[in-house]
Amino acid sequence: MKLKIPRQEMPEQDQKLRVRNFQEVPYGFTTELAQLEAGRCLQCTNPKCVNGCPVNVDIPEFIRQIREEDYVNAARVIKLRNILPAVCGRVCPQEEQCEAHCVLGIRDKPVAIGNLERFVADWAMKTDAIKAPMAPPKLNKRIAVVGSGPGGLTVAADLLQLGYTVTVFEALHEPGGVLVYGIPEFRLPKSIVSHEIEYLRMLGGRIELNTVIGATITIEELLQDYDAVYLGVGAGLPHFMNIEGENLCNVFSANEYLTRINLMKAYRFPEYDTPKPEGNKVVIVGGGNVAMDSARNALRCGAAEVTIVYRRSRKELPAREEEVRHAMEEGINFKLLTTPIRFIGNDISWVKGMECMRMELGEPDAGGRRTPIPIERSNFMIETDLVIISIGTGPSPLIFANNPNLERNRWGYIVVNLETMETSIPNVYAGGDIVTGSATVISAMGAGRTAANAIHTKLSGE
Amino acid sequence: MYEVLRKEEMADGSIIRLDLHCPLIAGKAQPGQFVIIRANEHGERIPLTIADCDAFSGVITIIFQIVGKSTALLRGFKAGDYIKDVVGPLGKAAEIDKVGTVVVVGGGTGIAILHHVTKAVKAAGNNIIGILGARSKEYIIMEAEMRQLCDEMIITTDDGSYGTQGFVTDALKKCLDERSDIKLVYAIGPIIMMKYVCRLTEKYHVPTKVSLNPIMIDGTGMCGGCRVGIGGETKFCCIDGPDFDGHKVDFDELEKRNSMYLKKEKDALLFSIR
Repeated sequence: MKLKIPRQEMPEQDQKLRVRNFQEVPYGFTTELAQLEAGRCLQCTNPKCVNGCPVNVDIPEFIRQIREEDYVNAARVIKLRNILPAVCGRVCPQEEQCEAHCVLGIRDKPVAIGNLERFVADWAMKTDAIKAPMAPPKLNKRIAVVGSGPGGLTVAADLLQLGYTVTVFEALHEPGGVLVYGIPEFRLPKSIVSHEIEYLRMLGGRIELNTVIGATITIEELLQDYDAVYLGVGAGLPHFMNIEGENLCNVFSANEYLTRINLMKAYRFPEYDTPKPEGNKVVIVGGGNVAMDSARNALRCGAAEVTIVYRRSRKELPAREEEVRHAMEEGINFKLLTTPIRFIGNDISWVKGMECMRMELGEPDAGGRRTPIPIERSNFMIETDLVIISIGTGPSPLIFANNPNLERNRWGYIVVNLETMETSIPNVYAGGDIVTGSATVISAMGAGRTAANAIHTKLSGE
Repeated sequence: MYEVLRKEEMADGSIIRLDLHCPLIAGKAQPGQFVIIRANEHGERIPLTIADCDAFSGVITIIFQIVGKSTALLRGFKAGDYIKDVVGPLGKAAEIDKVGTVVVVGGGTGIAILHHVTKAVKAAGNNIIGILGARSKEYIIMEAEMRQLCDEMIITTDDGSYGTQGFVTDALKKCLDERSDIKLVYAIGPIIMMKYVCRLTEKYHVPTKVSLNPIMIDGTGMCGGCRVGIGGETKFCCIDGPDFDGHKVDFDELEKRNSMYLKKEKDALLFSIR
């Protein structure tokens, strides 16, 4: 009776120890745990979990391979549909995707698909078991992929495996997009990201770093050299609150804070040259995953007290449940139903506090979320010496430079045909956050998959 | 990897000029634009203005003053060495029209940037008065190149070791008092210099452009580290600038934000020589 095996929990680093290092919090399944958990899968003939996965990994099949103890083949099955399994196993919101569709979840807890995916990917990485499949015959068609985040990497891998010649252009000095600058080391070790990206090079992909499309090369120029262009540039422009004192010293956007710590390795300053922002009483404004990442990074950088200030209540926190739980376990304070109205500086213009107002929740808005309303005369002060603003991002304007033809919606995101991801410029495709606004790693990969299929249909059909 | 083709030391070795092989950047760069450089694997990303470029040979020139760890690191590069990362051209190009007489004011290493902009001012068909200033004689750089572009040239040094003794603002005030045909002032140099130039020209109602130099990380608009108050609005220098209407810039804020890491910069330098 399979239902009798409970869902296996992943062992985690002790919370007192982990706040003082940048090592991963969950240790991953042991072989024994993976076997037990894989044993829970019912091997449905009509599996719902696969539909819940934006890139349609053949989940029952890779779990079956785990049961057979054939981890190499398990990894192959996943890799066929997803070139970043070690990443997705760690950062996907499985509870809303594959695991939400697992039939076991109706009466019990769903199969821990994400943890099993991570187990297989880590195993393959440790044993270096996965080699690139044999190169397909070359099609003599060239594809330019702009942005090396998860969406761009998926498009590139899919088209390489069909025989296209693919060049990926990246503005930063390292590929990976949000995987390298945004998600912290303790949640996604950078060695894992670079290992998974190496697979793209094994497939024959070229990655051109330090190349800003819109500045170094224009989209128009790309179209002269490539048969199709995919724009997977993300939504990296940080929003600020536009309130008094926001430009004081030691007030950061989450993007800047995380880029310094993660990409530039400021947490290892002065061994690395980028200075580490420091504060004793750190405040993060916002309640998403990025806010949780910032808060937990600040703790590991030596802050005595870290507080998340969010204008709605616990229930509305946009961050994943697991991230909120980790943050709370680590001792991060939550000041809910609170919003800053101004920042206050000391005599040399460093932030020393912020004035806040308490909020109450009004009627649900069009999207169903209850609007926060400030409570009059509820003002109070919070002492702080480092503020991280994490209230969301928008589309960066650079990709649109000299490109009036690229149609955008009223929020500035690129308009695409959702079946093909083609933009208003023929043969220029787009997907991920630059189309939808900030979403998840896996949804960007799903968009990349759709675009790769459409590009192949168009280029091979015409 | 980007090859260093030529290196020159100026101003007693305190200012360095490097010519880099960056064909894509050289083919696109306009006056006023900059690059972000990371010298090596452990390096930080620092913005440096493109002081000159040649699309034909694929060369860009950067000129910088040794002020801390990263610039000291860059000074160690010589012809034949490779710099890890160079990205650009970034920022908006200087917008220059034919307006008549333009005063271009440069201070210290700012003269290097001013030189590229002055080329464009000249190409637009303006009459140019150049005012170059520095602490003392050896810190006046690119004088010959600037003389070629300017119709008139005034040089000031703080200690009077060359040209007129005094600040660039003294020479500029004299110009503004004596002539009524000055339509635009372009000032590039230390923040304090640009601030006082703008205070002066405001009184004379002469439009003034400045090129700002805040701390940057990515240089592509994704972090806001370079944000600066412009007429009460927050702008990102890397994508909205680096050129702004000098009369709207909050120079005090810029100065404070630029001093944010002074202690850390010292720590980095100490660590590197330990």
